Amino acid sequence: MSKFPDLSAAILLASLIAGVTVADAGEKTTGVAAQQNSPKKIGIGREATAAEIAGWNISVRPDGQGLPVGRGTVKKGETLYVERCAACHGEFGESAGRWPILAGGAGTLASHDPVKSIGSYWPYATTVIDYIRRAMPFGAAQTLSNDDLYAITAYVLYLNDVIQDENFELSDKNFITVKLPNQPNFIDDDRETAEKAFWRKDPCMKDCLPGEPRITGRARTIDVTPEAGKGPKVE
Amino acid sequence: MMREQEPSQGGKSQSRRAFLKAGLATGGTVAFGSSALAGKTGDPANQPPNVPEWTHSLGEGVAVRPYGKPSKHEAHVIRRDVEWLTASRESSVSFTPIHELDGIITPNGLGFERHHSGIAEVDPADYRLILHGLVDKPLIFTLDDLKRIPRVSRPYFCECAANSGMEWRGAQLNGCQYTHGMVHCVMYTGVPLKTLLAEAGLKPNARWLLLEGGDSAAMTRSLPLQKALDDVLIAYRMNGEMLYPEHGYPARAVIPGWEANMWVKWLRRIEVGDQPWHHREETSKYTDLLENGKARRFTFVMDAKSIITNPSPQAPLNHKSGFTVLSGIAWSGRGKIARVDVSLDGGRNWRPARIDGPVWDKALSRFYYEFDWDGRELLLQSRAMDETGYVQPAKSELRKIRGVNSIYHNNGIQTWYLHKNGEVENVEIS
Repeated sequence: MSKFPDLSAAILLASLIAGVTVADAGEKTTGVAAQQNSPKKIGIGREATAAEIAGWNISVRPDGQGLPVGRGTVKKGETLYVERCAACHGEFGESAGRWPILAGGAGTLASHDPVKSIGSYWPYATTVIDYIRRAMPFGAAQTLSNDDLYAITAYVLYLNDVIQDENFELSDKNFITVKLPNQPNFIDDDRETAEKAFWRKDPCMKDCLPGEPRITGRARTIDVTPEAGKGPKVE
Repeated sequence: MMREQEPSQGGKSQSRRAFLKAGLATGGTVAFGSSALAGKTGDPANQPPNVPEWTHSLGEGVAVRPYGKPSKHEAHVIRRDVEWLTASRESSVSFTPIHELDGIITPNGLGFERHHSGIAEVDPADYRLILHGLVDKPLIFTLDDLKRIPRVSRPYFCECAANSGMEWRGAQLNGCQYTHGMVHCVMYTGVPLKTLLAEAGLKPNARWLLLEGGDSAAMTRSLPLQKALDDVLIAYRMNGEMLYPEHGYPARAVIPGWEANMWVKWLRRIEVGDQPWHHREETSKYTDLLENGKARRFTFVMDAKSIITNPSPQAPLNHKSGFTVLSGIAWSGRGKIARVDVSLDGGRNWRPARIDGPVWDKALSRFYYEFDWDGRELLLQSRAMDETGYVQPAKSELRKIRGVNSIYHNNGIQTWYLHKNGEVENVEIS
């Protein structure tokens, strides 16, 4: 027996590290030849049980994957929201202090004072239930029952006029029928085309700008706040 | 509107004024502290020809300071926060004092912090990382497991996408600690994520991963599989030490060159899927709202950027004129820094800076520009260029394309106004 039983594995692993691709990984599952050619695993980490995964797997996707089983009405959600959420987010989702605004702001995204609420900005309703489930109430995360989770989510969507009927019962069965209005306005990163001009072989070195520089803004005088809607906003 | 989460465009004007007032006041005390110290003449009793007390007597022995601390004279070199930015300290940010550092490595105690629900205190014995989803065999790793897997050490910068986000609408904060301090650079040690993925075996339709933290925000981000197979690390050490709790102890994701929000701390779960999850941190946050109301999503890469750290508002010049060392940092999420230029006249004319020290992929680079200051007012700027040919743009060029509602990814050129008396001010110029 070699004193270095893991050496071959380490060499194989090094080649693996150099070149795993999606295709490589796929081939491993598609045939005996591929299986034989696949790198030897180092065998660290044990198989996770279904129960272990279920305990931590709380992610929800826009297609409904991951939605927990449960249901709750807008009405029940209102009671829970007032108890658990309104202190920070305001009774109508308008926010208290500097906590996030949840509702309102329709039509503001192209203005100088965009309000990025669930109804005005968020693309997917599943993001709401996912986030409440994993992080809310602030300071008591992951303590809501599934039914309470659906009820609060229903009420927050009601505050955003996404759900109109206060008797509506939201559940894992009907959740993905809920659509948010701003979803079509999200585009993928286009910097490499929209900002192509920033790739310059020879940036200017001499006489790059006309005239003498003029100071147009100073951090020290920032409390000279322009009027709302007309420019830099200091709130 | 970002309220508690990101450093916003501004607080209530009253608190903003209070802050700026305090900033001005500290301009002469705290912020100028080190420089004021350097400029002081000190105590003649400690200077030649006299022999000072510390030369006459014994000092403290070894292990009296079992974990070392900086000199008591450097007590001002600390992370700082801006109280009015956020609703609570548990969901807030502190800034790296980049004007007090040199070289390219950030000390572990000074790396900026960003938490969404406070610092999770994880017992390493209870630490578990679950890898599941579109894999042949779901796996669970302990910290000891991770430490038995072949590891690598790499220096990378980590920059919050909202770094400089307060400056989209104009010069707001006097100090590069606040305008540019949500960046640090350390040597991370950890396991390449592709090793873990190979252990579990990927299904053919695997395309995206979800990274999830074990903190009270259970922070999540969707990560393209291609990036995961490229250079992502599951790190447990920074600069040789175990991660600090505020940086994700005992293990975090390291996503080189991409926005820091994706570098999930206290990492507890990796799910493999065939599409992104569109979670809160990649929909309502970390998307770039453009002027026409459309928003860019998945803007992962951090563009090339630089900042003059010295002189700067918190680090004025203490001499009237003469030989002067200007210094700063530059970085790019797309690769290595190729070159940095410096302007003394607000971008009219540029001269190449001197890059010193190692230039690593997706790490900070340090530049210097030494010159004879004739004591006149100057408008200082730096401009970074990376190996892809991307040149750091002027703020006006960025605003032309992105408007001012963007919040994230502000890598525009910064202007410092150096006064005749050596003070430095954050300004915008035409």
